Amino acid sequence: MIVHVLLTALAVLFVAGGLYAAIRFAAVRASIAVLGLALLASGAWYGLFRAPPDREMGDVQRIMYVHVPAQWMAMMAVTLNFCCSVTYLFRPSWPTDALAEASAEVGLFFGTVGLVLGSIWAKPTWGVYWSWDPRLTSEAILLVAYAGYLTLRRFIDDAERRAVWSAVVGIIVAVDIPIIWFSVQWWRTLHQTQSSPSTVDPAMRLGIRWNAFAFLALWLVFLSARYLIARARTAREIAPPPLAVEAAPI
Amino acid sequence: MSPSRAPGLLGTTWILVRKDLLLEWRTRARANALIFFSLSTLLLFSFALGPDTTFLRRAAGGTLWLALLLASVLALGESFRVEQENAALDGLRLAPADARALFLAKALANAVLLAVVGAILLPVLGALASLGLTLGLGRMAGVLVLGCLAIAAPGTVYAAIASQARSRDVVLPLLLFPLLIPALVAAAKASSLVFEGDPMLQFPSWLGLLIGFNLVYWSLGFILFPRVLED
Repeated sequence: MIVHVLLTALAVLFVAGGLYAAIRFAAVRASIAVLGLALLASGAWYGLFRAPPDREMGDVQRIMYVHVPAQWMAMMAVTLNFCCSVTYLFRPSWPTDALAEASAEVGLFFGTVGLVLGSIWAKPTWGVYWSWDPRLTSEAILLVAYAGYLTLRRFIDDAERRAVWSAVVGIIVAVDIPIIWFSVQWWRTLHQTQSSPSTVDPAMRLGIRWNAFAFLALWLVFLSARYLIARARTAREIAPPPLAVEAAPI
Repeated sequence: MSPSRAPGLLGTTWILVRKDLLLEWRTRARANALIFFSLSTLLLFSFALGPDTTFLRRAAGGTLWLALLLASVLALGESFRVEQENAALDGLRLAPADARALFLAKALANAVLLAVVGAILLPVLGALASLGLTLGLGRMAGVLVLGCLAIAAPGTVYAAIASQARSRDVVLPLLLFPLLIPALVAAAKASSLVFEGDPMLQFPSWLGLLIGFNLVYWSLGFILFPRVLED
């Protein structure tokens, strides 16, 4: 129990440190990007050629190596968005707001990738692209909700109001996640129960961890790049208007 | 109570609810528009789904709540548009009215309006799909009130935000619809059970979900609404 808590804290520190360095130093960002692409390519190779095929599903199961990490990254981004939203309401600051915007967009991206991959996986295994299973349905609703969040951000011109209101919306949406989950769970379920590393073959475990680190590197790069764009955009919005010297009539 | 003392939170809420409902009663423009809008939605659903009465009866719970949900977007948007004329909302804030009382009042008034619309839709739907209230009128009223409260609480917070955004007519449903899915599922299921009977005794759990949703969003709105209005 204590070991788990310590490990989780360590992982959070590791990710936060990576994110800080990626935002702060362009060179770090570039190296993480290169590292991520290399890990992704080698992870794909491992998943496709080295990992053993699944006993039940055969080669189809190999999509797990990208589907599961994509979902993990989406969940991390959404959690980060919730933390930023709460933090912003207590201590307003532009960096928090920019990180909230970046995490919502990155979460939407990885969530969509994960959902599409899951759909492709579902067709040969379940026989359908879509089932009204709690996990699928909840995630689809979640993605629409975050799309709404990002749309709202586009439609408010005043930077300060946008920050406060999107923090409020971020909290309301995040609180909805367990309720959605619960409400949809009362329908019939097809999705396999959550795997933990102990129920997965060691060779598969290696493949999924490998790819998870590849996705984590991409996650850090996307997040930091998107953060910098958000910061630059707000900085331009809240900057005082330039002096109209040249426009003066002669 | 001396005349100079300001009313408390609940007192303010009561005054504001009365103000909103009185405004509504004096013109009845919004209520009329909503009733006819949702009636035509019901008709449209029936036409889109076909004249098969058995099928319409099975879909009745969902039809009722979709009609109400579509009407709620109009009702919520309008409830903040009237406050923007002559900067009435700023006037209320300066009165000074507690922002939390403003939330409670707006959400309650919206819920009352929606429940009235729902009560008018119900007999029409009953006639269109030849429904009966198998579980009785009391349970149907309970579902109707709880469902309208569930739409009104997050809806009021979002309507306050959307009313100040560009193209607010797009923003409000985009934010609100995904959020309300649990409430929609629970209310539609519970209504279907009221219409069709409940041999598996599922009704209490759907009602429980609706109550839980209400508790979460009424308290969240109560806490967050002051931040929405400030500046």
